[in-house]
Amino acid sequence: MSRRAPLGALVLTVLTLLAAPFAQAIAPTRLPTPALEARYERLIHNFRCMQCQDESLANSPVSLAADMRRQIRQMLLAGDTDQQIRHFFVARYGYFILFKPPFVLKTAWLWLAPFALLAIGAVSALWFIRGRAAAVTGDDEDEILDDGLSGPRKHT
Amino acid sequence: MIRYFAPLAVFAVIVVIFAFGLHQAPRKDLVPSPLIGKPAPSFTLPSLANPATPVSNAALRGHWYLLNVWGTWCISCRIESPELLAIARTGVVPLIGLDWKDSRSAAIRYLKQRGNPYQQIAFDPGGLEAIHWGVYGAPETFMVNPQGIIVYKYIGPITPGAWARDFLPRLQAGQAVSGS
Repeated sequence: MSRRAPLGALVLTVLTLLAAPFAQAIAPTRLPTPALEARYERLIHNFRCMQCQDESLANSPVSLAADMRRQIRQMLLAGDTDQQIRHFFVARYGYFILFKPPFVLKTAWLWLAPFALLAIGAVSALWFIRGRAAAVTGDDEDEILDDGLSGPRKHT
Repeated sequence: MIRYFAPLAVFAVIVVIFAFGLHQAPRKDLVPSPLIGKPAPSFTLPSLANPATPVSNAALRGHWYLLNVWGTWCISCRIESPELLAIARTGVVPLIGLDWKDSRSAAIRYLKQRGNPYQQIAFDPGGLEAIHWGVYGAPETFMVNPQGIIVYKYIGPITPGAWARDFLPRLQAGQAVSGS
């Protein structure tokens, strides 16, 4: 018990120190209207920082992310739509820069794989449950043996 | 019998998938560029040596060239620098430098110390041009053909092996075609 308190303090200290760079990571924005500010905020959370890869442009302290945020601000000021800004970055960095990849032929497996796995799981579960139900209710000895279920076979 | 081996088979499939994933994971740093096969972004930037003299890749139309993104702050670029000098000595293809997010004086000093492999160097201290090329690190090297199309992108320091394997065959094939 006595060892846990210093550990907790240490964890808190480390977490606080880790948070420090993020305070300055978000660049001061100078967009004229709250609407533009809101779009800017949403956009920078949807793009990946290509250098750190698992952080968004909003959270990344690296200077390339700052350059990209500046690019987004300039495009917003120039009147570009969110769609145009997305196209700009996808054309140069690929779909990888989007945290939510679009549903296209190349990314179809990414979107469909979970459903395919779910279907495989459902079919296997059904197969297993039906096998077990047949074994429990079935009174045909041969069928039970064919099933190879360990439970009923022990009794025979 | 199948009943006992089915979980094992499923386990084996999962192991294969995880092994594949773990094996692929380190290559996550190499993001394929969507610009391959597309026209190279055209730029006109001040040259490193003389801000009054612009460097433009429009003038390079009709020639093969390599655009090498570098900076004095980039450690891998230092590792790459002897190989770039060796490439420049062969005279196979001109090297165009894009000095990325750098200080002019530091870059000039760096090239004086190590030698300058570049035919021309465009200076991009703000990193605006680099975004157009989809640059996300240094060094990165783009191979551009005489039609101004990016045919290849190499990420990381060029090694003698990479030069022989990834660059030379493409250049030779391309130059044979365009020369005929």
